[in-house]
Amino acid sequence: MKKTYLHRVSLYLLLTFCALLLFFPIIYAFFISFMTNTEVMSGKLLPQTFDLSNYYKVFERLPLVTFLINSFIVSCTVMLGQLIVSSLAAYAFVFIPFKGRDLLFFIFVSTMMIPWEATMIPNFFIIQKLDWLNTYQGLSLPFFALAFGTFLLRQHFKTIPYELYEASRVVGLSRFAFFWRIVLPMSKTSLVTLGAYGFLTTWNMYLWPLLITTNDSVRTVQIGLKQLQSQELGTDWGVVMAGVVVVIIPTLLLLFIGQKQLQKGLSQGAIK
Amino acid sequence: MKQLTHMRSALLYLLPSLILFTVFIFYPMFRTLYLSFFLTDAKGNASVAVGLDNYIHLFTSSQFLNSMKATLLFVLYTVPLGIVIALFLALLANEKLKGIGFFRTIFSSTMGVSVAASSVIWLFLFHPSIGMFNHVLQLLHLPQVQWLVDPDWALLSVAITTIWMNTGFSFLIILGGLQNIDQTLYESAQIDGANYWYRLRRITIPMLSPTLFFISTISLINAFQTFGQIDILTKGGPTQATNLIVYSIYREAFVNYQFGTASAQAVILFVIVLFVTILQFKLGEKKVHYQ
Repeated sequence: MKKTYLHRVSLYLLLTFCALLLFFPIIYAFFISFMTNTEVMSGKLLPQTFDLSNYYKVFERLPLVTFLINSFIVSCTVMLGQLIVSSLAAYAFVFIPFKGRDLLFFIFVSTMMIPWEATMIPNFFIIQKLDWLNTYQGLSLPFFALAFGTFLLRQHFKTIPYELYEASRVVGLSRFAFFWRIVLPMSKTSLVTLGAYGFLTTWNMYLWPLLITTNDSVRTVQIGLKQLQSQELGTDWGVVMAGVVVVIIPTLLLLFIGQKQLQKGLSQGAIK
Repeated sequence: MKQLTHMRSALLYLLPSLILFTVFIFYPMFRTLYLSFFLTDAKGNASVAVGLDNYIHLFTSSQFLNSMKATLLFVLYTVPLGIVIALFLALLANEKLKGIGFFRTIFSSTMGVSVAASSVIWLFLFHPSIGMFNHVLQLLHLPQVQWLVDPDWALLSVAITTIWMNTGFSFLIILGGLQNIDQTLYESAQIDGANYWYRLRRITIPMLSPTLFFISTISLINAFQTFGQIDILTKGGPTQATNLIVYSIYREAFVNYQFGTASAQAVILFVIVLFVTILQFKLGEKKVHYQ
């Protein structure tokens, strides 16, 4: 279907309009991060110069480097944990025929219906009793098991022919070797999708780190933003926005690189 | 014998998940249910059994009923509109045009902006004197709005923020759904001379229904779980107009140390989410068209 010239122009106009509207808050935050206080107060849209002093200030006022490292460690740990735990479970569900498999799978799926916030009170006390407040393991371990991840990988593993598994047994490959050397490499795309998803959601996590970090030692960037915003409220919006930009750049980059991949992988898990 | 070894090795692979689910989901869920029948000490231990008193207290407290009402209103504001916007953007970005990849990236970008960062940005946009929105209103000679301070506007303001935050993810999922639709369906419709709206109504929407079903379930559950934007934008105020249920649980437990009533609220949250999910699936079975 060939589009007429007018049709194409109007589509581009509509696309551009929507893009501007949607992206405006991000661009605006970026501009404000370069503005002096007087510029912000006078309601300017564009900064006069791209002055970096707000960025120097935000790194002075907050241990932002520590927070960034913390967020990075926690997000990577959760990502790896989820990949390992979910892929092991998905493998059992697809390649090992055992009694009660359907029931067990149902139990897995049922955990998706328990909102995490409904269990946060006992979880807080579990972490406290383990003496894991203000630790990386306290921030990450509760999120290793993920029904959604198991579900997503199971869909992909199912596309691997069972005959391949039988053949590998015949040539004497152990069950774990088949998992490690054949199934995982064949599922690279799904693993990347799940990994990106896990990293993104953990990096953006707010309530749990708020509950279990009481000092700056393992605090994540999101809580740093809250601190920054309550410290600087009404005084220095330029500095606050510089903090915002620093925090969103890693995830925006990840999204820009992996958008296509993420969309394909997530919608596959959603539909089939 | 073979069954047994199968069972043993399966368990080995499933053990990490099972242990983690038990410790961090199933046990806490039962513990929450248990605590909801007790008064607790400051360390969260059950001290006095009170039966259903926590629940009775909640359902007669205007504060909790208000929080439920705010939560339901919030769901109503955010879910349908959020999906319609994401669907519109996805249909637009599914056109075959040069450079469409750029627009897709922009439309999905809010997924990369955390709850905390989005809330801080919108806090500024809503600022009564230097915020963008009041500037625009001033330029148009309209009266200023106290977005986050006026009880009539606060929930709506938080809802707008939330819709913006969720657009990226919903867009990405719906676009994925659109691209999975078999193109030959359109080709035959083209031959029959069907126009855009006909194709949209008769092919796109029915074929997209599993995706729309998925995203509406996820959006509904997410809306019930809203916390971060409330904590940064309004702290549940003004006059508790934005005291959504998860924020209410958080305050009750970790500010007021009333773990019993907080647990009862958590149980109610769980029941609502369960109910909504089951209802969605029941309705979905009838309405959703699978390829």
